[in-house]
Amino acid sequence: MIKATVYVTIKQSVLDPQGNTVQGALHSMGFQEVNDVRIGKYMELTLDTTDKNEAEKRVTEMCEKLLANTVIEDYRFEITPKSEV
Amino acid sequence: MNFAVLVFPGSNCDIDCYKAVEDTTGQSVEYVWHTATDLSKYDCIILPGGFSYGDYLRSGAISRFAPVMNEVVKAAEQGKFIIGICNGFQILLESGLLPGAMRRNDTVKFRCHQSDLKVQNNKNPFTHEYKIGEVIDIPIAHMEGNYYCDETTLVSLKENNQIIFTYEGENPNGSVENIAGICNKKGNVLGMMPHPERAVHELLGSADGKKMFTSVLSAWREKNGVAIG
Repeated sequence: MIKATVYVTIKQSVLDPQGNTVQGALHSMGFQEVNDVRIGKYMELTLDTTDKNEAEKRVTEMCEKLLANTVIEDYRFEITPKSEV
Repeated sequence: MNFAVLVFPGSNCDIDCYKAVEDTTGQSVEYVWHTATDLSKYDCIILPGGFSYGDYLRSGAISRFAPVMNEVVKAAEQGKFIIGICNGFQILLESGLLPGAMRRNDTVKFRCHQSDLKVQNNKNPFTHEYKIGEVIDIPIAHMEGNYYCDETTLVSLKENNQIIFTYEGENPNGSVENIAGICNKKGNVLGMMPHPERAVHELLGSADGKKMFTSVLSAWREKNGVAIG
């Protein structure tokens, strides 16, 4: 089995209203050093394969088609072997 | 003329759309489930508002892969009239039938109130009964209506006269260029965040949405050479 960890974030060039709001809250709490907050999604996929290259290809396809909206979002992922449970 | 109102799991403006079509046009209207694979009998397809598939992942992201959406793409290519309202607009964006994407409102709040829209293009099947520049009162109800597109897309939207409605006065969500509704290049697919189906009678607070339904009926009659009875 392979574990794919997918991160989806709003593109740097696109406004992130949630990130801005959280940044404002942190500032009002005294965390003045916070320069930028970007909020995104974290996904864990368990894939029924052992082929790392194939997994990378398939997860890229999943990201392009569904997991991210590439008009406004960027994605990256990590592929790691997962021990059988 | 035959209208279809698509129903996805989580649609909640389907009944409003159905009643609005019935009351404003008196034409045939049917609910069509998201698993349908034949839309050939319909002349106008409405994608209603709501929270299809719970808005999981992104608004419209999963509905866009519902079986009926293949038929919606076909209908769009055939030049049939398609309108997506609110969540329906989000689904049309996710499906690529309209350009751009939705971000969360810049206020990070669900905004639900009347809004003034300016008619920017009345050469569209859904808007030809309005005057250009006319300001109409149509309610909004959304959390993700902050329309975004890149600079190149915006130039192309303007060049092809694809911006149909803009917010007049306050922009409730932070959308690019105050955009409230756009159409595709051909003009037969329209997406808008405000709800015209909730503005079809004075008792509802406004009847300004009525002309969207009567416009598409007369556009269809004109296209098909049907005499007005």
